[in-house]
Amino acid sequence: MSAESLILFFIVGAFLVGIALLFSSIVPPTSTNPQKAEAYECGIPTEGLTWLQFNVGYYLFAIIFLIFDVETVFIFPWAVVMKEAGIAGFIEIVIFFFVLGLGLLYAWKKGALKWE
Amino acid sequence: MAFNIYDFTSFTQSIDEALYEWLPPFWALIVEMTIIGLVFLIGYAIIGLFLVYAERKVCAFMQNRVGPNRVGPYGIFQTIADFIKLLMKELVYIKNSDKLLFNIAPFIVIIASFMAIAAIPFAKGLHAIDFDIGIMYVIAVTSLGVVGVLLAGWSSNNKYSLIGAMRSGAQIISYELSVGLSLLTIIVLAGTMQFSEVVELQSSGWFIFKGHIPACIAFVIFLIASTAETNRGPFDLAEAESELTAGFHTEYSGIKFAFFFLAEYMNMFIVASIAATVFLGGWMPFHIGSWEGFNYVMDFIPPLFWYFGKTAFIIWLMMWFKWTFPRLRIDQLLNLEWKYLLPINLVNILIMAFIVLMGWHF
Repeated sequence: MSAESLILFFIVGAFLVGIALLFSSIVPPTSTNPQKAEAYECGIPTEGLTWLQFNVGYYLFAIIFLIFDVETVFIFPWAVVMKEAGIAGFIEIVIFFFVLGLGLLYAWKKGALKWE
Repeated sequence: MAFNIYDFTSFTQSIDEALYEWLPPFWALIVEMTIIGLVFLIGYAIIGLFLVYAERKVCAFMQNRVGPNRVGPYGIFQTIADFIKLLMKELVYIKNSDKLLFNIAPFIVIIASFMAIAAIPFAKGLHAIDFDIGIMYVIAVTSLGVVGVLLAGWSSNNKYSLIGAMRSGAQIISYELSVGLSLLTIIVLAGTMQFSEVVELQSSGWFIFKGHIPACIAFVIFLIASTAETNRGPFDLAEAESELTAGFHTEYSGIKFAFFFLAEYMNMFIVASIAATVFLGGWMPFHIGSWEGFNYVMDFIPPLFWYFGKTAFIIWLMMWFKWTFPRLRIDQLLNLEWKYLLPINLVNILIMAFIVLMGWHF
């Protein structure tokens, strides 16, 4: 099968969820009451907004991840042709890794990897 | 080699040819797609239901309990009963929640895990699509699941959900690097990303044995990182029930909750089967160097048995982790990845590349 048939897997996955949600929204008995629609935070009424400013630490890690993930994408083609690239390719990738390591070290020393 | 007695290539090909002979091309395509879709759908459901049951039994075993034992012999129909019960539950919507995103989230997690199954080789000739970039494709598709988790937490309008989703986002994207890099170590050794070729290359010995110490290190890192990537075991901060109720799926009820649950177990199955395929030889039997008789006997054990045996072993390891180790804190979790696993991994790839270049591998 060719790569176009991936669309089949997309459709079947969507079908599985869709049909079950449809069934579940039609067949089971429903009842409404104001308490049911409250957010469940262990019985205490929710206080203030939920969608507010969040700890910046998570975003910092997301940014560092973005850099490293792009670097990983560069390593993939080298890994496949590693044997043909030989020693010259190896030395080049060592330099690449060195720069990558410097980047990690910089982020480390800068305190970006520290959780506060 | 004797293992082509279990080759599925001719079997699938003959079905394909027969369909195109009997029917006009358009209808043959439709029928073929329907058959493939149904087979994978049924397989997906059975594996998912079985894994939920297995988890409960293993958990009970670890805690010296009996586990589910009422519905059917040894309780094997328990998860089916649970599924029917969840299907008959009302879908509750929370006041002020973002209904569109709230409904899209289960679609994304299920579709991501279902598409990843497409590339997994179950036996020789028994895979839906044999990509030449198979390993990279699976990494890419499984990481889409985090979008669903983030949407679920964000749209629920619940603070526990939001915290759970944020944690899960930071955790999954961090550990994805380690998953990718530890698989890269093996790609360096194999020189290909196509799953069928990766398995064929292991006919003379699994990569974990062929690759010396770097392959073993990569295997251990892959196990840790993939456990974290599937939000399981000691890394289940996203749904830490003692502090966040149920984390990102607190507000999900009925069948939607069941889909998150199913996706978690299917992701576990996917990473376990990648580990089995890339490190432990997939459906390839266990061979010892020049022991002709031993190798010959091993060839008679069907590849599906080998494949599911190895996968089940790794799944069991992951369940063992879950019920053994206490949960990590978020700072410990991120420290482990960025200050230990990532540097070790980078050095590990270089060592592996050096070994391969020098021709020191088997």
